[in-house]
Amino acid sequence: MTYTAGIDVGSTYTKAVILDEANAPAGRALVKTGFRLAEAASKALQQALDQASLAQTDLAYIATTGYGRYQVAFRNVHVTDLTAAARGAHWLFPGTRTILDVGGQTMKASRLDDTSRVKSFRLNDKCAAGTGAFLEKTAHYMGFNTEEIGPLAATSKTAVPISGVCAVFAESEVINCLSQGNSPADIMHGAIVSLVDRSVQLMKRVQMEPEITLIGGILRFETMARVVREKLKMDVNVPEGELVQFVSALGAALLARHRLNKLNEQGVAIGIESDLEPVP
Amino acid sequence: MAYAAGVDVGSTQTKAVVLNERREIVSRALIDTGANVVLAAENAFAEAMRSGDLRDEEVEYIVGTGYGRYRVTFGDTQITEISCHGRGAVHMFPNTRTVVDMGGQDTKAIRVNPTGEVLDFCMNDKCAAGTGRFLGAAASALEIPLGELGQVALRAEKPVKISTTCTVFAESEVVSWLGKGKKIEDILLGVHQSIVSRSLGLMRRVGIEREVTFTGGVTRNIGVVTVLNSMLGFSVNVSEESHYMGALGAALFAMDRIQARRSPAEVVAEKG
Repeated sequence: MTYTAGIDVGSTYTKAVILDEANAPAGRALVKTGFRLAEAASKALQQALDQASLAQTDLAYIATTGYGRYQVAFRNVHVTDLTAAARGAHWLFPGTRTILDVGGQTMKASRLDDTSRVKSFRLNDKCAAGTGAFLEKTAHYMGFNTEEIGPLAATSKTAVPISGVCAVFAESEVINCLSQGNSPADIMHGAIVSLVDRSVQLMKRVQMEPEITLIGGILRFETMARVVREKLKMDVNVPEGELVQFVSALGAALLARHRLNKLNEQGVAIGIESDLEPVP
Repeated sequence: MAYAAGVDVGSTQTKAVVLNERREIVSRALIDTGANVVLAAENAFAEAMRSGDLRDEEVEYIVGTGYGRYRVTFGDTQITEISCHGRGAVHMFPNTRTVVDMGGQDTKAIRVNPTGEVLDFCMNDKCAAGTGRFLGAAASALEIPLGELGQVALRAEKPVKISTTCTVFAESEVVSWLGKGKKIEDILLGVHQSIVSRSLGLMRRVGIEREVTFTGGVTRNIGVVTVLNSMLGFSVNVSEESHYMGALGAALFAMDRIQARRSPAEVVAEKG
């Protein structure tokens, strides 16, 4: 039995997924990225291997993705985040035509054709106000940590309007809202609404079409998906539980298998293809 | 002797300036704005009264300016900080044609005519990049007091290019450069170059005409002044009063009102 691995080195978290020959999940792990990207990738992979009771020698092919994908020396190939996300989302929800990926420091919208090829995309990685960092900052200004965002927002019934223009200037806005007697839960809810408004804008710019699949670390806060459904007045796909954070890593592992099969068919020796993007 | 006062309630600091009838500064004060804007205005004014050994009733007219100008409850009127910075800059440096004001939460470029009237302006108050907050974020990420930031930056030999625009992302970029072994001074010079190049973009949009006068709280940072001079290719006007320029302009407008009341012949048209 040979296995493949996908490692998604994101700005905030690094995710690793291991699949068996039938593309069934064998193990997965998530670690904080920090500033040593290669180290984070090794650590995530090792934890995923431990979970699957495998050794690195059991891995026949490793694909990396995410903003740190070039830093991982032991990769066989790297793929863009968009390609990996498209493959992962399509695997989980074959009807996917639009993907919204909200991470710690980026927000991406992409539209796919029916073979999961990316037709158009837009991204924001320039301004924290349109990314998960906005929610993190809002939470921190009120004395909450990142993991408390989800439970906090879930208790809110009405959102306080938050302008969401700048994650730095949000501090004074949040303090004003608190001093006017608004609850932290309603402010957090408001920050999510403002982030969703930005996501809808981004999706409109890629001419979104159903089905829409939401992925990325920020979607682990359930309020986010609920507000997207309310704003779009339609249902959207959200991978269950923690899987929502692993979609790009999963996509990379699937692409690794695809590549490996192709190389085997052609009888090409497996090496490091650092400058190749696999054919989807 | 009648006195006129200007109170500039900024997002970060509140400044007050008192002028005599010869339009000389007799007193000034600077305090942190904090959460209570009304109180900040009152305290800055009271502080200016104390340090100038003046009584409230000696001040005949008070103009409020800055983002909190409508919270200067004791003010006789309010005038935008754009007009006040233009007026103050031309008073201190009569050849001023362009003003660049860098404050705690906004940056403005203002073009003025020889009498200090505003011809055009452009501002950034939607994004913390290019404002004093950007420096504040770098200072806290590198654990250097804000007041020493400029001096440290000027010791740099090879500035690091800061690639992120957003203040939030720049904070992590700064830490990652540290992790990669870059020197603090080289990172800091990069931070200063980044904020100056953003304000230059703003200035180009109103047209850079000499002389350029630099105003606002960021003028106290020698690093920004030096980088601004070198990127422009000439020296900007900057003085002790630069930090108080908005309050000074407001006090000048206040003195206009006092003198206009006395002799209608000397009415100076107010362009608030």
